[in-house]
Amino acid sequence: MLEFGILFPALLNGLTTGAVYALVALGLTLIYGVLHIINFAHGASLMVALYAVYLLKDRFGIDPYLALVVVVPGMFAFGYALQRIVIDRASHGKDENILLVTLGIAIVLENLALLLFKSDTRTIDTAYTLATVPIGPALIALPKLIAFAGALAVCALLLVLMQRTDLGRAIRAVAKEKQGARLMGIDVEHVYAMSFGIGLACVGAAACFLLPAYYVNPQVGSGFVLVAFTIVVLGGMGSFAGALVGGLLVGVVESLGGLYFGESLGQVGIFAIFIGVLLLRPQGLFGTRA
Amino acid sequence: MKDLASIALFALLVVCAPLVTDSGVVLNFITMALYACLLAQAWNILGGFGGQFSFGHALFFGTGAYVQAIAQLHGLNPWLALTLALAASAAVGLCVGALSVPFTGAGVGLMVPLRASTANMQFASRAGTLWLVLGMVIVALLVTAWLRHSRFGAWLQAVRDNEDAARAVGVDPFRVKLAAIAISAALMGAGGAFYVQVFQYIDPGIAYGPGTSVEALVAAIVGGMGTLWGPALGALALHLLADLTRNLFGELPGINMVIYGVVLVLIMMFMPRGVAGLRMPARGRRNAEQDQRRG
Repeated sequence: MLEFGILFPALLNGLTTGAVYALVALGLTLIYGVLHIINFAHGASLMVALYAVYLLKDRFGIDPYLALVVVVPGMFAFGYALQRIVIDRASHGKDENILLVTLGIAIVLENLALLLFKSDTRTIDTAYTLATVPIGPALIALPKLIAFAGALAVCALLLVLMQRTDLGRAIRAVAKEKQGARLMGIDVEHVYAMSFGIGLACVGAAACFLLPAYYVNPQVGSGFVLVAFTIVVLGGMGSFAGALVGGLLVGVVESLGGLYFGESLGQVGIFAIFIGVLLLRPQGLFGTRA
Repeated sequence: MKDLASIALFALLVVCAPLVTDSGVVLNFITMALYACLLAQAWNILGGFGGQFSFGHALFFGTGAYVQAIAQLHGLNPWLALTLALAASAAVGLCVGALSVPFTGAGVGLMVPLRASTANMQFASRAGTLWLVLGMVIVALLVTAWLRHSRFGAWLQAVRDNEDAARAVGVDPFRVKLAAIAISAALMGAGGAFYVQVFQYIDPGIAYGPGTSVEALVAAIVGGMGTLWGPALGALALHLLADLTRNLFGELPGINMVIYGVVLVLIMMFMPRGVAGLRMPARGRRNAEQDQRRG
């Protein structure tokens, strides 16, 4: 066993990293978990949002946290249009087509970014980028702490949206029984597009919280996609609490795994837990049996 | 019978290619297009005929590649190594069943130094390499043709279309799927082994990275899943597209892949059943689409 002074900071580090994973996964659990759209473009969307935050800071000097008011609605509109205009029309309601369409979109977005910004890795500089907060024996980067709080807030907002609003009820109805929902007068295509938009809005929020302590390049999203899919299934398809807990768990496992077994084996722990959970609870940690 | 005739015709045409031209560019193109066909056809057996969507086919590709490489580093003849590689891939396929685990690891590559000779599966001319991969593709096509006409193929498609109904008439879905995975994995392993023979190098990123899995499934879906010629057509079309855009816009990074992505989306928009689906009569196509929407 390692001593507390090393273990505790690693644990906190894992929790804060996990919070960002959770933010990305929250959007995906709505798109993939609820509506079963396999969104390969999720990582590319995160990359687009990160570039938006970067440009706002770089060109107009807008603080990343202030950029939330621009990037979140912007990503929502982008997602709504993408689902309504491209994905819905091109997929013809077939899973394998949705997969290829979103893959095509991901390829287009990533390479457009490559064309426009080259493959350079870019970062932004803010007054608080290097600020730290002491918690017990550990020093935690301030932006990571804010991202942690942000993830909790977004999760709470989504839960309220899904449980208390008409839109949330419509989304749940469409997820359960598409045909029935249509017969009750719900505009299914609109609900799908709204869900996709909200999912990407989460990604927009994630980008604002992420960039002060992270970087952006055209491939940045790919590192998050697989982890996000893992978290969604691990936490339980369509469960927001599951995405949050799953994200934190994955962050901690990765951090501790890296500490005990070295960097490259850190991720193996994630998938060991993933398979273990699926064997014992096929519906995921917070999932309900179908 | 028609299937066998078309495969024979295809084989004859491609076999003759090196006799007609000795242009390295053309032969290289055909070889790599055939390689893409092999991967797509391997995926198609499980994904198209079995309805099991696999994102993890790189696992079998990587297993084939590594077994081929390591067996030769221990002094085994490449032809013997190939049978070992196929067996290992099939065995891995049997073990993982439908579940596949992405591997990550430090990037340590393996080099396989070989002298050119047929006994070494290293050919002095490009034609030899082309014929090798052609042989593998023809095996894959023959397996697909067999799936279309055999009892096992009927079981597999029955399981794909309605598992409960298939079980009700006495088909064991688990064993049928498992067999399909093993066949698919062995062919994917052949692709991995071929890769090692051509490039004489393999590392974890190439072997188990998502690139190969995606390449295989994209070509199969674009071409048309569950058909004999669809995956081959899809692989050829995508390979041609990628090559063309790279040659046209090579100086601008990214633009060739932007076009590739746009074409991918457009194909899905206007040919939802894949390129091969166009050959279906319009009425049948419409019915099939309606079935899909209802399902």
